[in-house]
Amino acid sequence: MDLELDAHALAFREEVREWLADNVPREPLASFDTAEGFAQHRDWEATLAAARLSAVSWPEEYGGRDAGLLEWLLFEEEYYAAGAPGRVNQNGLFMLAPTLFSHGTSEQRRRILPPMARGEQVWAQAWSEPDAGSDIAALRSTATRTEGGWLLSGQKTWSSRAAFADRAFGLFRSDPDGERHRGLTYLMVDLRAEGVRVRPIAQLDGEPGFAEIFFDGAFVPDSDVIGQPGDGWRVAMTTANNERGLSLRSPGRFLAAADRLVDLWCRRGDPADTALAGRVVDAWIGARAYQLYTFGTVTRLAEGATLGPESSVNKVFWSHLDVALHETALDLLGPEAELRGEWLDGWLFSLAGPIYGGTDQIQRNTVAERLLGLPRGPR
Amino acid sequence: MRFAFSAEQRQFGTSLDDLLSDVDVESAARRWAAGEHEPGLKLWWRLAEIGVPALAVPEHRDGLGAGAVDVALAFERLGYHGVPGPWVDTAAVLPALLDDELLAGVAAGETLASLRWDPHVPYALDADVADTRIAVEDGTLRVFTPGRRLSSVAQARRLFGSTVGDAIATCADTGRAFDWGVLATSAQLLGAGRWLLERSVEYARQRRQYGRAIGEYQAIKHLLADVATRLELAEPLLYGAAVAMAAGGKNVENLGRGHLARDVSAAKVAAADAAYLAARTGLQVHGAIGYTAEHPLGRWLATVRALAGAWGTQAFHRRRVLGAVTAGRRSR
Repeated sequence: MDLELDAHALAFREEVREWLADNVPREPLASFDTAEGFAQHRDWEATLAAARLSAVSWPEEYGGRDAGLLEWLLFEEEYYAAGAPGRVNQNGLFMLAPTLFSHGTSEQRRRILPPMARGEQVWAQAWSEPDAGSDIAALRSTATRTEGGWLLSGQKTWSSRAAFADRAFGLFRSDPDGERHRGLTYLMVDLRAEGVRVRPIAQLDGEPGFAEIFFDGAFVPDSDVIGQPGDGWRVAMTTANNERGLSLRSPGRFLAAADRLVDLWCRRGDPADTALAGRVVDAWIGARAYQLYTFGTVTRLAEGATLGPESSVNKVFWSHLDVALHETALDLLGPEAELRGEWLDGWLFSLAGPIYGGTDQIQRNTVAERLLGLPRGPR
Repeated sequence: MRFAFSAEQRQFGTSLDDLLSDVDVESAARRWAAGEHEPGLKLWWRLAEIGVPALAVPEHRDGLGAGAVDVALAFERLGYHGVPGPWVDTAAVLPALLDDELLAGVAAGETLASLRWDPHVPYALDADVADTRIAVEDGTLRVFTPGRRLSSVAQARRLFGSTVGDAIATCADTGRAFDWGVLATSAQLLGAGRWLLERSVEYARQRRQYGRAIGEYQAIKHLLADVATRLELAEPLLYGAAVAMAAGGKNVENLGRGHLARDVSAAKVAAADAAYLAARTGLQVHGAIGYTAEHPLGRWLATVRALAGAWGTQAFHRRRVLGAVTAGRRSR
């Protein structure tokens, strides 16, 4: 058991660190949930891609570096420590791309991944529906067979990035007789196609971070079906595991936030306030625990294990950590906390953590049933 | 980087579990609490046969000179099975406190030690059965005479007041020895927490109310899922601290500046909080049966409460972490 980095990993980390120091914009970009900020973030993705840093873990042929999981974690640590912009294409990079690597055809990978890596095509996710949230298998949007493809109809909602994104991916019911998770197909759809209407929804911060998508006969060619028609549930589970697990929430973000929190404590904290000091410490310990836990996960994956219910342990932990960390920062800021700024925005963002990608309650059911072996009960 | 147990370490953990599942630890602990040490000492000797007290003893003192990861692993299993006795004092701290021929006795399982270390360890554990009694005052080691017996919430932790006597030796790096105590105690806490979680899950699977196993109810599931999450995330802190200890507290991780005091304190904070949550949740899940003296749950609950304050309180360890992570930063 050790925590040593080899020369290769150290050199990679050094290269990333130097590149970020030279290239991260000095002024923060506008929110990617505004038209102006979206365009800025798209440009930033192209800048990253030019240095082959937008998707380091991908194979080189698609614009990546074939980096292992450990290097990917190091990249993420450096990325957040440098205060680099949020990833506008995270739906694509961390949810769709892993699905394509598992279930896509080589034609799809060649066609979809390089423009994704360059930010030329930004992806929205289209999972939830008005009556299908945590219970995604209750979805009712349909895909009907037509010549050479499928016609979509129905409604998706809470689709993150959909207000400005180019394309979306999600599940549609392709077999009207299929119940629950049977008869679903995983599709990619052009959000600017005829028969697609996007209605942005303002989030807590007032910006349209997600949207409703209405489908009225939008055409999707067969080439944009991932996996077999009717097999969408199984295909989507790959994505779900990625959203809940390792990919989307690397420890880097929390380590950087905990570090900034300790800085804030040094500058603004009252040393006599032991209660607040304790919360600062617990946030730091939590981020460190998550980092080490992830190193353990990476070791197990490298030795052939698969990501199981620990992805739910992950999510329960980091989503609570993120909220607690930002609440602590706001309490430290005192009356200034209500003013719009980095910590307030971070807090608003953190509040979504226990909801998206499977709510905290669903995740705890998974931990209880799949990790602890408690009997499955009524939902 | 490989942050996982080796096959040999897993095998060692399994052999400890096999041995301790084969012995009536429960009865040994109850008799230990009553001052009847014989079954507990027999258990100590059996653990010595597979090298447990020899792990941290250097090879030139007939020990195994094993790394801190192996020691932490062993203490986690001791905590899990609720093994009584002054294990932390004898097998974790003493070998770091002095380099003396009496360590050969520790390695052989013949020497039991009891320590007093003000202000964090004011009461000497098992001072009546220990033949080596040392009080640590700054860099000086002194003998002490056991005094009045005190009654711990954890009955198998037999604590004694003491009168400190003559100096017998000096220790250049007591800080590191203290951190061994923190590390081993954290490991016991994590093990105790795991025992509490596993027993609670078993109970929730078989106990039926309103026509179904209580473990089907989400209220119960979510309580236990929270315990599992806290324990899962405390474990890497413990073994990360052990890796730092094994490197002598130097900059082990080219991942960041390794800091021994910071890492062992973070492990203690997380392990004690997680184990205490496991204890409280375990009691709640068990209901009234867990509140009885006959049921073993109470013994682990009491042990967790006792260990949470041993080798530094949670407040002390949080202060140490804060001191370490704020060091060198600009303050207002």
